[in-house]
Amino acid sequence: MPAKPKVAFYWCASCGGCEEAVVDLAEGILDVVAAVDIVFWPVALDFKVSDVEALPDKGIVASFINGAVRMSEQEEMARLLRKKSKYVIAFGSCSHLGGVPGLANLWDRQSIFEWYYHKAPSLAEGSAQEPRESVEVPEGTLTLPAFWDTVKALDQVIDVDYYLPGCPPTPKLVGNAVNALLRGELPPKGSVLAGTRALCHECPLNESKPEKLLIKEVKRVHLTKVDPEKCLLAQGVLCLGPVTRGGCEALCVKGVMPCTGCFGPTDEVRDQGAKGISYLSSILDFDDEADIRRAIEGIPDPVGTFYRYALPRSILMRTKVVKPHA
Amino acid sequence: MMVEQKQEFEPRIVAFVCNWCTYIAADAAGVARARYAPNVRLIRTMCSGRVDPQFVLTAFEKGADGVLLCGCHPRDCHYSAGNYKALRRYTLLKEFLSQMGFEDERLRLEWISASEAEKFRKVVEDMTEKVRKLGPLDLDGGE
Repeated sequence: MPAKPKVAFYWCASCGGCEEAVVDLAEGILDVVAAVDIVFWPVALDFKVSDVEALPDKGIVASFINGAVRMSEQEEMARLLRKKSKYVIAFGSCSHLGGVPGLANLWDRQSIFEWYYHKAPSLAEGSAQEPRESVEVPEGTLTLPAFWDTVKALDQVIDVDYYLPGCPPTPKLVGNAVNALLRGELPPKGSVLAGTRALCHECPLNESKPEKLLIKEVKRVHLTKVDPEKCLLAQGVLCLGPVTRGGCEALCVKGVMPCTGCFGPTDEVRDQGAKGISYLSSILDFDDEADIRRAIEGIPDPVGTFYRYALPRSILMRTKVVKPHA
Repeated sequence: MMVEQKQEFEPRIVAFVCNWCTYIAADAAGVARARYAPNVRLIRTMCSGRVDPQFVLTAFEKGADGVLLCGCHPRDCHYSAGNYKALRRYTLLKEFLSQMGFEDERLRLEWISASEAEKFRKVVEDMTEKVRKLGPLDLDGGE
């Protein structure tokens, strides 16, 4: 019997939800475990970096890497796994686009440290101490990874073969990707392993969308009583379905929450947020500047709304000037 | 890049101009031999409503220090409502750019009709001077 293909899982700047998504395969994970040999998975299995280093180059068939890259250690691990793997799959929104951690690109290292270690209210008042990259102790020098100014998506650091989008990717898409890998039926390099059309095409509420959709007000979902049978956008709730890749089968909308864009832009679009700004502008039913201004007050945080998962992979990537924390 | 910085800063301004109004105004300014700052690069679009926010951001990414959007006056759009679309996009884009640390003067919207060659000249001159005062955009690309 030939050796089972080796796979690795790794996490960078992420919340751990993507690791949950692997476990969400439920009993399906037993088939995966039976078919592959997991050689590295820090969250679940006790392998060391040296075990990965000992593998031959391209000895791993596929590495699934989740999380954005924001520290030097994450870049080192990404580079190591790249060298040892035939395929690298960016797993989840953070790895694909920068994700929610990518919103930290509105700040930089200095302003983040200043807030979290000095200015933010704390129970341990006066004990402000910043982490340092190297500290001398009697036993020798202790080191920590460097913290960067800018959060990056995985493909801004290493070459990536495939992307599994989502926050987190759905068990169905993960299962499909693993099966495609095992069978060797892979799409062209660089493909996003999800839908190719916008989410609206698979949304169950699409039929209730009026022919001509115009809104007078942008409502925030937590302040709105939503009719679960009617297109959320038609009710004035900002839904990013029109500018987001499909493939999730409208999970959030089925839960009566608007799409926030975690699958990223479709293949034709480079900057999801810019497209979001564009589409909302097309349906706002005002021609007067003062009315327009009043209507967009319903969007107090444009970056957090239109670029919730995609700031590092957007055209501007990060803020030009860092504003101090409020 | 280093050599360029030693000389006096010449801002690069990308102007998206509507085929039916501002482009003709710019043409008329040229025919009338009006003198205006050579810092502006015109990109003709069929309508100001055709300007995707991605165009604006890409202009900044590729080295523009300022972007000027020009269209027909309200109620004068050749396609009836494209300029209102442009106004809404511009208003939202401005909010976004301010969050991203861009100075207000880097993006400007002006309604310039086909007969307003002089207005076109003034707007270009004025914007060039304002952006010159701001200095280069200097997007660091995350490094």
